[in-house]
Amino acid sequence: MNSSKPRYEVPTIVRNASGLMNKVGHRGSLESRTQIDGVDVDSLIKDFGSPLFVFSEGTLNRSIDEARLALEKHLPQSQLCWSYKTNYLGAICAIFHRSGSLAEVVSGMEYEKARRLGVPGNQIVFNGPAKSEAELQRAIQEGAIIHADHFEELRLIERIAQAARTRPKVGLRVALDAGIVPRWDRFGFSLESGVAEQAARFITDSPHIELGGLHTHIGTYIVDPRAYGRAATKLAEFAEYIEATLGCRPTHLDLGGGFASTNSLATQYQSGALVPRQEEYIREIGRALAQQRGAKLPVYLETGRALVDDCGTLVSTVLASKRLPTGRNSIVIDAGVNLLFTAWWYRLELQPCCPSDGFIEDTTVYGPLCMNIDCVRESVALPPLSAGDAVLIRPVGAYTFTQSMQFIHLRPACVLISESGDVELIRRKETLEDLIGPEIVPERLAIERARSNLSDHHDGLRDVRSGAVVQ
Amino acid sequence: MDTSHLGLLAISDTGFVFDPRTGHSYTVNSTGLTLLRGLKQGLTLPQIRDSLGATHDCSYDVSTDLGTFIKTLENYQLLGNSGQG
Repeated sequence: MNSSKPRYEVPTIVRNASGLMNKVGHRGSLESRTQIDGVDVDSLIKDFGSPLFVFSEGTLNRSIDEARLALEKHLPQSQLCWSYKTNYLGAICAIFHRSGSLAEVVSGMEYEKARRLGVPGNQIVFNGPAKSEAELQRAIQEGAIIHADHFEELRLIERIAQAARTRPKVGLRVALDAGIVPRWDRFGFSLESGVAEQAARFITDSPHIELGGLHTHIGTYIVDPRAYGRAATKLAEFAEYIEATLGCRPTHLDLGGGFASTNSLATQYQSGALVPRQEEYIREIGRALAQQRGAKLPVYLETGRALVDDCGTLVSTVLASKRLPTGRNSIVIDAGVNLLFTAWWYRLELQPCCPSDGFIEDTTVYGPLCMNIDCVRESVALPPLSAGDAVLIRPVGAYTFTQSMQFIHLRPACVLISESGDVELIRRKETLEDLIGPEIVPERLAIERARSNLSDHHDGLRDVRSGAVVQ
Repeated sequence: MDTSHLGLLAISDTGFVFDPRTGHSYTVNSTGLTLLRGLKQGLTLPQIRDSLGATHDCSYDVSTDLGTFIKTLENYQLLGNSGQG
């Protein structure tokens, strides 16, 4: 190639449209970026393939430090709990545990994952609406911090405790109105309707279980920190009420998660870059609790998305560019909604890795799936991109990998870039064995028999085509 | 190929195109500008293709790109009556 000539750009003409600018809009990611934490994207693709999930340990550590400093300042009696469902890659969980986080799990699978990582049972917060008897038996035996979601669970825990002749502490998940929309009321016992009080009374009346903490999870991607102040006030007042009326002091308050990350919701007017910082949420909780008269209870937080989202990038490669019949430009990349489930409700950023001095236009970004729904971005301003060009999609640290699926394509490798710039493989690229390993093909459908049946079928078709009478 | 409408277009050196018949304006990139000017000058597509190949760093035959561009011009009704399908 002769580098003295300008790079060829596919001839493009677009009709100009007039309209109002978004007054809080921001420039798209038009600047090219060839490195992640000082590591060349080209070398990452060469060594680990494309697509590729890349996690930055430096970014993650800075995010954890930001939360820790805010907690020390506003909530000195507090404990971070790592929300496994947000990202349960073992290496990511290990970074959180190394920094002192408990594990917050919502299923037996996540519980087992935490235990295998070496987290003791008594450092696991067990939430979720679906805990089986066996899972609860284990959690009780291992001293996990359990938050019950419904009366069936309370009765089950009571039976298990009675049979095991233990007296475990059982916390309550409390659904409350923190003044936000949508209001989450499916998890736990409703405070305003009095059901949470009934649940607390159930525990204090039981000879087999004791009251543990009070937990609430008001929603996800909450952009108003004051909602956490209201939730903290309500939960603390409820704790005080329980102590006054039932003579039992809850062990802790758990304000759940839901702090917004810098990602932008698809329906959001403003950019995600403008959401409150972690400290703003924590400060509101601290202010609210400082005004309470009752005992100062330890506070647990399960903030996941805000901590981890920014540390994840998905490296992808352009497979083709295509001009749609409407005149709109489009590209096909090798990562679709199979890997980017979060693309359904977030406007993920796309950043080219090649020079972006060409003609920038609104582009639709499709994934590699043979499905019309496989659209990563309906419209994003991009420079001209050709097959083989790399693009970076971010932020994808939260929920993206845990919600990715083996659909049409297997899942790619995941790497972690350490603080010192080393690239470590933390999950290998999947193979077909990972997909078909659990499958069982009944003997009657074995390939030899299937082939024989297929052959008979084809013989029959041939007879019909040739006009032979099939008896 | 009917290119009679091309002569009516106002085309700036920076890639701004104005169609006085409809009032619509367009933005065209540098290679598209080369193509539009070539068509206005009466060059054939193979001639334009060779010219682009000589002046740009490209590893493949761009004929299909030129064909797609022509189709876009037809869709915008910028070429001539034959393009109005």
